[in-house]
Amino acid sequence: MDEKRAKRSQLGDRIYRALLFVAGISVLVIIIGLGIELAVGSRESISKFGFSFLTTDTWNPGALIFGALPFIEGTLYSSLWALVIAVPISLLAAIFLAELAPDWIGRPLSFLIELLAAIPSVVYGLWGLFVLQPWLVKYVEAPISHNRFFSKLPIFGDTPNGYDMFSASVILSIMVIPYITAVSRDIMRAIPRSVREGSYALGATQWETIKGVVLPYARAGFIGAIMLGFGRALGETMAVTMVIGNSPQFKASLFSSGYTMASVIANELAEASGLYRSALIEIGLVLFIVTMIVNMIARTLVYYTAQDMHGGSRKKE
Amino acid sequence: MQASSRRHYRFRKATNVFMLSLSGLAAVIATIALFSVLAYLVVKGAGSLNLAVFTEGPVPQGSPGGGLRNGIVGTLILLGLASSIGVPLGILGGVYQLENDSKLAHTIKFFTDVLNSIPSIVIGLFAYVIVVLPTARMNPGHAFSAFAGGIALGILMIPTVMRTSEEILRLVPIALRDASLALGATRWRTMWSVTLPAAREGIITGVMLGMARIAGETAPLLFTAFGNLNFSALLDQPIDALPLNIYNYATSPYDNLHHLALAGAIILISIILILSLVARFVLRSKLRHIASS
Repeated sequence: MDEKRAKRSQLGDRIYRALLFVAGISVLVIIIGLGIELAVGSRESISKFGFSFLTTDTWNPGALIFGALPFIEGTLYSSLWALVIAVPISLLAAIFLAELAPDWIGRPLSFLIELLAAIPSVVYGLWGLFVLQPWLVKYVEAPISHNRFFSKLPIFGDTPNGYDMFSASVILSIMVIPYITAVSRDIMRAIPRSVREGSYALGATQWETIKGVVLPYARAGFIGAIMLGFGRALGETMAVTMVIGNSPQFKASLFSSGYTMASVIANELAEASGLYRSALIEIGLVLFIVTMIVNMIARTLVYYTAQDMHGGSRKKE
Repeated sequence: MQASSRRHYRFRKATNVFMLSLSGLAAVIATIALFSVLAYLVVKGAGSLNLAVFTEGPVPQGSPGGGLRNGIVGTLILLGLASSIGVPLGILGGVYQLENDSKLAHTIKFFTDVLNSIPSIVIGLFAYVIVVLPTARMNPGHAFSAFAGGIALGILMIPTVMRTSEEILRLVPIALRDASLALGATRWRTMWSVTLPAAREGIITGVMLGMARIAGETAPLLFTAFGNLNFSALLDQPIDALPLNIYNYATSPYDNLHHLALAGAIILISIILILSLVARFVLRSKLRHIASS
């Protein structure tokens, strides 16, 4: 090879490497740029309200008073109730898929659960509006609120009309179940057989083995899986917006309307300007920071659990 | 003593059967929503599907008829725009992951997963701040555009394409690459003529999964692409999109619009399910093929 050609191919490789580097680094640039741009966009609101933005519960665009508290509370409340419903179902389903089901049931079932994750939020919202919500009102909310005992509980306080926290939490739970189930199933499958066999040898039943050995063995991983679901729920927008009622005040009753951070941005940003717009962007910034933190912790937990098991050398806790 | 331990044993066995059945039940419950959604769309929505849905544009709220033509065309344009950003960055990023084993590469991989879980509305907000607001500042009266929506969807597409490309490329036998390098081919030549062609189907699959991931995104379009009552295919103008139609029509009080929303949902779900099912089957057979070659 003559020198000229060698040089040219070296140049080719250098361009190639540079191109790859740019594509790889673009992910970091996007995330950092996102944080900076949202912070710049919310400058006006940050300098006007400061920290009290997060602790004020008045949202009054007419008077230009903006506090994000009702949305933060609504987001956390609906997401936590979603987890209350989704976590037991997801973990049990994962146990079934990883420990019990023969391949011919497990495979199609896993596949169906993964398809659930492919349905767009807006279609869940449409189904929620026309099918789930009327059903919930008739068969769950009305009986509870007519029950002498339950209706006294503060979480069932209001008159149910379907546009409420309860519908939002149920639909959120349906949407996060596929994520928690899939990640937990993969973790369970990675747990070495010998761990289970030790438990069986001591005379434990299969359920005792699952409860006493399998679940504790990768506890951090399951917590990570649940947090991934939590992160999803926090940012879910369309389905929640369509059923939660969109009223900017937080009540602890599941049968009251609420609002979430994502919903208020979805509903109000397109028409907002000035300080109003800035306040909405700041809500987006808060949502970004919270979901980033939740996801980074969750991914780290899942990642290290998997590493641990592949390495085979489990550190003592 | 004997009797109580036998009772205890029976209790443990009963608990075992009960909890294991419960786990099977949970797996079934988890899929009920899927069947309910699909059944509802097919039963209620099939009647709403007709030619007019595809050929007609929107009508003023309250008057009968109307179709989703604008939304369908708009969604296709948005998918094209998004792909022109998400596909090159995603594939090149996947190649970057393959060629580098540095700490930075691992960090990038981690943050690709994190980017994948940032709420889509936040990504939409990013496109709003970097595209819509500057546009409005430069020429008042203009703000929302197909371009802004395409950027939001393009960013959302990157992680899926990147991770699938990387996984597929890793399956191409190292020996194949080494052979090419040993013959004196440069790295980019090896990638271009040997590794990428060997993984072609897999990478196409990744692109399809990426499109399935973004086709139904609604939230990031609300304040970027915005929607348009008139037919528009211009990139610097607001553009309609199928998910936006579904949202607006489903939340309107009119019956004929509810039917349009249902028809739209069927079309959207069909696009997404076909993309992800085909991708899945191609992927499975291709994985076997690459691994055995």
